[in-house]
Amino acid sequence: MALLKTDKLTIKFGGLTAVNSLDMIINENEIIGLIGPNGAGKTTSFNMITGVYTPTEGTVVFEGKDITGMKTHEITKLGIARTFQNIRLFKDLTVLENVLIANHMRFGSNLLSAIVRTPDYMKKEKKAYDKSMELLKALGLDDVKDEISTSLPYGKQRRLEIARALATDPKLLILDEPAAGMNPQESLELMEFIREIRDTYKLTILMIEHHMAVVMGICDRIYVLDYGVKIADGTPSEIQNNQKVIEAYLGVD
Amino acid sequence: MKKSKVIQSLISIGLVIVILVVLNNFLTSFQARIFNLCGIYIILALSLNLINGFVGLFSLGHSGFMAVGAYTSALLTMPKEMKEMNFFLEPIAPWLLNIELPFPVALLIGGLLAALVGALVAAPVLRLNDDYLAIATLGFSEIIRVIFTNTQSMTNGALGLKGLNAIGISGKSAEGYWWIWGIVILTVVFMVLLINSTYGRAFKAIREDEIAAEAMGVNLFKHKMMAFVIGSFFAGIGGSLLGHLMGTIDPLLFRYLLTFNIVLIVVLGGIGSITGSVISAIVVTIAMEALRVLDGTMRFGSLVINGVPGTRMVVFSALLMIVILFYQRGLMGTKEFSWDWFKKLSFKSKNAKIAKRM
Amino acid sequence: MSFQAFLQHLVNGISLGSLYALLAIGYTMVYGILRLINFAHGDIFMLATYIAFYSITTFLIPWWAAFLIAIILTGLLGVILERAAYRPLRSSPKISIMISAIGASFLIENLAIVIFGGRPKAFPIAPIFSHIIKIGDVSISIVTILIPIITAIALVILNYIVNKTKTGMAMRAVSKDYDAAKLMGININFIISFTFAVGSALAAIGGIMWGLKYPQLIPLMGIMPGLKCFIAAVIGGIGNIKGAVLGGFILGLGEIAIVASSPALSGYRDAFAFVLLIVILLAKPTGLMGKNSAEKV
Repeated sequence: MALLKTDKLTIKFGGLTAVNSLDMIINENEIIGLIGPNGAGKTTSFNMITGVYTPTEGTVVFEGKDITGMKTHEITKLGIARTFQNIRLFKDLTVLENVLIANHMRFGSNLLSAIVRTPDYMKKEKKAYDKSMELLKALGLDDVKDEISTSLPYGKQRRLEIARALATDPKLLILDEPAAGMNPQESLELMEFIREIRDTYKLTILMIEHHMAVVMGICDRIYVLDYGVKIADGTPSEIQNNQKVIEAYLGVD
Repeated sequence: MKKSKVIQSLISIGLVIVILVVLNNFLTSFQARIFNLCGIYIILALSLNLINGFVGLFSLGHSGFMAVGAYTSALLTMPKEMKEMNFFLEPIAPWLLNIELPFPVALLIGGLLAALVGALVAAPVLRLNDDYLAIATLGFSEIIRVIFTNTQSMTNGALGLKGLNAIGISGKSAEGYWWIWGIVILTVVFMVLLINSTYGRAFKAIREDEIAAEAMGVNLFKHKMMAFVIGSFFAGIGGSLLGHLMGTIDPLLFRYLLTFNIVLIVVLGGIGSITGSVISAIVVTIAMEALRVLDGTMRFGSLVINGVPGTRMVVFSALLMIVILFYQRGLMGTKEFSWDWFKKLSFKSKNAKIAKRM
Repeated sequence: MSFQAFLQHLVNGISLGSLYALLAIGYTMVYGILRLINFAHGDIFMLATYIAFYSITTFLIPWWAAFLIAIILTGLLGVILERAAYRPLRSSPKISIMISAIGASFLIENLAIVIFGGRPKAFPIAPIFSHIIKIGDVSISIVTILIPIITAIALVILNYIVNKTKTGMAMRAVSKDYDAAKLMGININFIISFTFAVGSALAAIGGIMWGLKYPQLIPLMGIMPGLKCFIAAVIGGIGNIKGAVLGGFILGLGEIAIVASSPALSGYRDAFAFVLLIVILLAKPTGLMGKNSAEKV
């Protein structure tokens, strides 16, 4: 059974069909790329999968369960986490606090026990703290744990965003342009990094990327969108040689 | 929480109590009244800061919740004879006439009712964006006020209620001091515990970036509602205490001018800082009283200057404008008081001494 | 209800609706461009009436000149308000500019109390405005009839400016897409100032006519109309000028309908606007003529 499956996923904004009948299959442990020219509907597709938008037609099925139209926070609880195209860190909070938030959903609805600081609550806080520190260490961010998140250099901010997403214990990690703003050296490091976390945390990864070196380098399979329509899918070599894809990016003479 | 922090907190509460006892013995009754007002405004500022400062919802509906609290506790504690005196235009609704509950119970009911109204207001209004939220909450607050002005048999309408019981059980005004400040301490402790808990972090995350917070598994609606309900509960408590302190309430008291005063306090103190709200509430309340002189006649020895009524509010409005234009983060920004400051101070002076020797 | 009474109420409703429409336009134009609720707009309206008052009574200027001066000065005050209270905060978080708007409103109100005094002043009404027109059994004051006429003229002029001039086109561009308009070389500061000037001038016209119809001036007279007219703008679709006019009339006619239908309800007259607001925000938050816009994630 596929981990994630979209079936005829469509969304219309008034007269504009931003994504038209998208079928995708993502299997466990794969790294899938979603590419296409700007405005092709890539982020919009992500938004439908993560519940930010409700599709006009079509379904999203995760681990056999229909999650179409569910609220974002519920989808996160089921095991899908994401990063954002324009980094959305919690600006005024520290690095550690940014990651701690991910644990909040595990506390349940017990405001009173939180206020009174019951032993059970304190245990959960400690667990959350330890988990978060572990993650920060693994991603090389533990030395800046008390820094305000936006004071970090850009590369570290991106890493923090990924750390934050990982803290929700996802099965599927969705990355929106993780290599944006990186030079070729940094992009190569990112590639290694993504492979590592996929292996270490037993993740499945779906990513939007424009850096072709990254996409072709680590993706097992690639989907190509143009004007909201899937125009190709396959392995990196298949995609590189696909006429339609070349036309979409370079235009037709 | 580390043991040292618990001890530090207990020491601070102890210190506060000592200060309260000392002040109790030295303040004149006029000064005590102002000081009590400071306490009430601390409660009100904290309740507003929770919603506006920590979660980032720009709510302007606070005076409505205060009105609910005030009227509830007033009507539930007022003895039958006083009610009959008040409701001379139209008799009070029969079921209200004979109810007379002890102050603490009425206070609590007032807070709970305010919280309920808060929930009812929040439910439809929370999904609106910033500006609409402000106007919608303001709208609800005005609707509440207009309802209170027109339900003659329950609230005595525009005439308002006079002769509210003094705060407390004994009926003696000195008791009010301890009730108010006791509740202040409870409120501050509650807020500190809340903000430093995982829920506090969730609130701040919502303020910083809703969409990212949701992606982290935070249920936006539930948490916004939570903050709103808690905030309105304390607004109701504050409103009740205010009413009983002043002894008289009427719908005009709960115009949005009142909300604005609290917004002023919160902004000056720093949106998102508990310490800031506390300090600002005390300073602003005292200053408001002190500046009353500007409205009346001022005597400097043989020199007499006639103040113009309204100057006081001009000064405060101007102050707010200056703060918002030049010191947007207010006094404390989002920082809090912490014992660490003292450590930093001694660290600095130690370094200074070492530097001098070299 | 007799036909006369109905006609009387209808004319009153249209009159009141016109005043609300004039004021609502100012809110909607400013919101359309800056996404800001100009809480101080109602106070600008109040200032216009006081300027007219002092021009006529203290400076003994003939009423037509005084009205003109009031309109021009008020337009200027609107521009100054924007420069002083809103422009410095353009890149600050939303909450700051909202607080600044409220603060500016309070400052103006309190300054008015100090400078003009809190006691009500009687707006001087030139004899020409005291005529009563009789249509059959119905008596209507000439002011009540003039208001919709003047409003209509003002709207025609406004429509011309917004739809047929280059500046108007620039205004529409800025309200559609602020950043793109900047990139196209439009002088944003000028357009914003111009918007405030026009909105304030319309508020001044409304204020003067309000003074003629309800001649009691107090410094806080702008609060309720201001709030109601912002609500009118929201009802019609904030950012949409036609919507503001529609909202103004709905509010004006609705209020008069309430008072007319049952005197017992007249205490709730002010609450009508707020109830309508809640209903609209729940049913169609973008307003009757508004469009939806989604945030880009």
